Amino acid sequence: MFHYCVDPQNLDGFYWWSCYLTTVKHISFYKSFLVVFALLIVTVPLILFFGFMGAIARQSKLYPVRLFGVTYTSIVRGVPDIIFFLFVPIALDQGIEYLRHKIKCPDWTDPIRQGNDFVVCQIAKMPLGSSEQWIHETYGFFLAALAFSVVFGAFAANTINGAINAIPPAQIETGVAYGMSRKQIFMRIQFPQMWAYALPGLSNLWMILIKATPLLFLLGVQDIVYWARELGGTKTARFTYPHEDWRLGYFIVLLVFYLFLSWVSEIFFNRLTLKVTRGQATLSGLNNNNSKIRS
Amino acid sequence: MTYTKIITGAALIAAFASSAFADGHSIRMGTEGAYPPYNFVNDSGEVDGFEREVGDELCKRANLDCTWVINDWDSIIPNLVSGNYDTIIAGMSITAERDEVIDFTSEYFPPDPSTYVALAGASDDVVNGVVAAQTSTIQAAYIASSSATVVEFATPEETVAAVRNGEADAVLADDAYLADIVNASNGELAFVGSPVAIGGGIGMGIRESDTELKEKMNTAIASIKADGTLTKLIAKWFDGRSVEY
Repeated sequence: MFHYCVDPQNLDGFYWWSCYLTTVKHISFYKSFLVVFALLIVTVPLILFFGFMGAIARQSKLYPVRLFGVTYTSIVRGVPDIIFFLFVPIALDQGIEYLRHKIKCPDWTDPIRQGNDFVVCQIAKMPLGSSEQWIHETYGFFLAALAFSVVFGAFAANTINGAINAIPPAQIETGVAYGMSRKQIFMRIQFPQMWAYALPGLSNLWMILIKATPLLFLLGVQDIVYWARELGGTKTARFTYPHEDWRLGYFIVLLVFYLFLSWVSEIFFNRLTLKVTRGQATLSGLNNNNSKIRS
Repeated sequence: MTYTKIITGAALIAAFASSAFADGHSIRMGTEGAYPPYNFVNDSGEVDGFEREVGDELCKRANLDCTWVINDWDSIIPNLVSGNYDTIIAGMSITAERDEVIDFTSEYFPPDPSTYVALAGASDDVVNGVVAAQTSTIQAAYIASSSATVVEFATPEETVAAVRNGEADAVLADDAYLADIVNASNGELAFVGSPVAIGGGIGMGIRESDTELKEKMNTAIASIKADGTLTKLIAKWFDGRSVEY
C-alpha cells in the first residue's frame, strides 16, 4: 500500500501497523462489512414478502392454500438452520442447472444423477465454469440471500399472522357492518394496524438476522467472521506479517460492530413503534397520545 | 451492459469450444486455505502454499485453465459433488471412507505420520487424555477409535488454540502443519509421544463421474513425479524433506 511497505521485516511500530492493516487481505476484510450490509438490504424486502405471502396463505379461506402456508411455516421453523442453509442453496442451484440442462442439452444421454454426483453439461452450468470468480461469488451470494429469506420469511409469516389475528374483532365486525369486502377490511383495518403487533416480533427477527450472517461462509461467501478468524489466526514465518493468535482482537472489533448495529437498530425500531402505534387502542398507542416522551 | 454481454457471449463460446475440443478447459480448484504449508491465504489475499504450486503446475501440464476457490473444510465434499468446483486439493488424505463418496487421483504427497503436540513439559501420557483434532479428518477418526477422548474443531487453528488454553491436553495433526506452529511458539509448545502412521498419501479429490479429469490429473502427476518437479516442491515447502519418486 505505502511505498515503505516493501520490506516488512525491517519495520516496526507505526510503520509496521500501517502496512499490516492495509494488506490486500485486510482490504477484503473491510469490504466484507459491506457484504453484511448488502445481505441485509437484499433479504429484508424478500423476508417481508415471504412473510406476507405465508401469513396471507394461512388466513386464506381455501384449504389447500392454508395447508401450504401452515406447511411452509411449520417445516422451515422446525428444521435446524444449519441443515437448511446447506440444503436450500444446493437444491436451488441444482434445480436451476437441471432446467438449463434440459433446455440447452436435449441430446445428452448420460444420467444427471450419478451416484452422489450431480452432472450437467458444461454450458448448463450456473454460472459457467469459465466465468470470472466474482460472478461465482455474486451468484452464491444471491442463493444465500434467497435461503436466508425463505428461512426468516417463515418466522416473519408466523409473526405477521399473529399480528393480523391480534386486531380487535369488534373492528372487523364494524367493517362488515359498513358493508366492506374482505379485501377492503384487510387493506383498511387489518393491514395498517397490524404493524403495532408485528413490530416487536419483527425487530427480534432483524436482530437475529444481523447475527446470522456468519452462516454465509457455509455457502462459500466470505463474511466478516471468516476474515476475522482468518486474519487473527496464528501467522507463522511463512507469512509476510507473522504474528501470534490475534483472534481475540479481531473478534472484539466484530463485537463493537455488532453492538453498534444493534444500538442503531434499537433506536430505529423505537421510532418506528412510536409511529405505527399512534392513535391505536393499545397501551403504547395510548401512552403515545398522552405524552411527548420519546422512549 | 453491452460489454457484459460480450463477455458472457465469449464465455459461452469458450465453454462450447472447450467441450468440443476438451482443451484449455476451465477447472475450479477447491481448497481450504487454512492449513499452511499445504494451503493458506497469503497477505495478498491469494491462495498460496505447496498445493498452490503443485496445482498450478498440474494445470499447466494438463493444459487446463485453473481458478482457485476457498471453501470451508466441513462442506468441502458436498460442494464438490454438487459441482461448485471440480477438484479438492486441500491436504486430503486418501481414505476408503472418502473414496466411497468421491474419487482420488494418485498421491502427490506421501503418507505422512501424524504427530501430537502439547504444552512444553507435558508427559507422554497426554496422548491418552483429551486430544483435539479437526472435524472429519483421519486424525479425528483415529483418536475416536483409540482410548483417548477426542474434541473436534472446525479449523486447524482452533485445535492448537484448544491446547494453549487447556481445553485439550494435546492436538493430533499432520506433522508439517504442527512443525511450523511449534517453531513459532517460542518454546511454549512441543512435540509429545511418538508419531502415528495413519492414512494414505494425499491425493486430489475428484467427482466419481469425472473420469476424464481424473485421467488427465493422473498423467500430470506422473509427469511431475518423473522429472523431479514434485521432489523439488516438497523440499521447498517442507524444510528440505527428501522424497523420491
